[in-house]
Amino acid sequence: MWAAWTQGEEETRALAARLAAGLEPADVVALIGELGSGKTRFTEGACRALGYAGRVRSPTFVLVHVYRGRLPIYHFDLYRWELPGASAELAEWEEWMDGGGVSFVEWADRLGTALPERAILVRLAHAGGERRRVVVEAPPDRWARLRPHLPPGEEAGETATREAAGAPPPREEG
Amino acid sequence: MLLLAIETSCDDTCVALLRDRPPGAELLAHRAASQAVHADFAGVVPELASREHMRLIGPLLRAALAAARLDLGDLEAVAVTSGPGLVGSLLVGVSFAKALAYARRIPVVGVNHVEAHLAAVLLDERAARPKPPFIGLVASGGHTEIVRVLDWGRWELLGATRDDAAGEAFDKVAKLLGMGFPGGPALSRAASSGRAAAFDFPRAWLDLERGGLDVSFSGPKTAVKLFLDRRGWPERPVDPIERARFVADVAASFQEAVVEVLAAKVLEACSRTGVRGLVVAGGVAANPALRARLERDAGPRGVTLHLPAPAWCGDNAAMVGMAALHHLRRGERSRYDLPAVPNLDDWDGFYEAAR
Repeated sequence: MWAAWTQGEEETRALAARLAAGLEPADVVALIGELGSGKTRFTEGACRALGYAGRVRSPTFVLVHVYRGRLPIYHFDLYRWELPGASAELAEWEEWMDGGGVSFVEWADRLGTALPERAILVRLAHAGGERRRVVVEAPPDRWARLRPHLPPGEEAGETATREAAGAPPPREEG
Repeated sequence: MLLLAIETSCDDTCVALLRDRPPGAELLAHRAASQAVHADFAGVVPELASREHMRLIGPLLRAALAAARLDLGDLEAVAVTSGPGLVGSLLVGVSFAKALAYARRIPVVGVNHVEAHLAAVLLDERAARPKPPFIGLVASGGHTEIVRVLDWGRWELLGATRDDAAGEAFDKVAKLLGMGFPGGPALSRAASSGRAAAFDFPRAWLDLERGGLDVSFSGPKTAVKLFLDRRGWPERPVDPIERARFVADVAASFQEAVVEVLAAKVLEACSRTGVRGLVVAGGVAANPALRARLERDAGPRGVTLHLPAPAWCGDNAAMVGMAALHHLRRGERSRYDLPAVPNLDDWDGFYEAAR
């Protein structure tokens, strides 16, 4: 687990760009955080580093945007994903995620146990005004690949597990 | 010409039958089914959305044909929304339209969803018709785009949202206020009894004074969320009357922030381009506060405002048919390998002259 603070959108985008430099095909970045915590901004910063200069907007309404960077980029948004037991419907998306592209999944906590094991978790939390707390976790092989790209931050030992960063935050509107 | 029009770009499955009657069209039948209303869950799952469109499109077409006392053999062209939208949903409509058109050897016309929303203003035959060039704003749950329409079917993008669509911001703030999703219309109803100046939520002007026509609604949405957190919402206020007033005031104040920016941006687009006509369409164009603001501000700026009837502001197939007629009248049609184009940035006409 790695954690740091960002002081505004620009820093969130810059941090995402550094992380994106270490991404490879079939990587899934799971973005978890409340409304307005910077999930779309994070994706935008990552897209810039992945060679896509066009508009990166919230995919809430259409559920997924596809961008052409140096890799295909799939920008998912599960905000409207409310159906209990929807995991059976995931097959189609998993095909996309397993392909030659990189996926960013906003509101990924809504996948629950259906979240792919290999996912790189990025938790974003409001920390007063423009400030955000960013926590990154990844399986060991991916973490080894990503860590050199990230700036210094607070780090927990190798025993860090998903649980160490706490359970997914409760839905704020629920 | 008798035209079938199909719309499946997101949650709604819609079909319409229109007869070309220049400069307008006669609407013979319209049938729609909304997954947002019919389903017993609030959201949409892409695979499920596609399946629902597939399940609904045939029966809806049969019902529309029956209502108009027509049959498949009477159709002379098929129009379909081919983008932008949810890819799986678009594909259902596009595949259905292509198969039907190809089987009957009649033209198929792919229609841009933004262009279709603007054409909704032509569905009311009694209303004055905007004459291109005009400025168009399409604001809905999935769109916030400002375009310059050079002629029907010919337009260029002047500005767009950088993050959330206007309707999406309304829906998300409505959900924060406990109104369910999509709660845009409920938020607008609550706002009608609230004070627009109660709370000062930020506006993202994005270089308006230098002609910036992009918009952003993520900042104001986030400001509402943080404001509600600070006020202890949803636990406080406790008193039911105070609570209702608080919700109404937040709704009205947030609505004011969105309406003020949208109105300023489209009027700036008119003055920057020297265009005198303005069409505002899409689901958010049904918002009474936005309509009132535009009606108040357009005249003094020398701008003639055109608004579709509220019933035609949301997604529907009649507007798709109306937009397609302009292409058909010019002899344009799409090829039978018409693709679905989920991103607006990838749109190109995909039209060819009829042989």
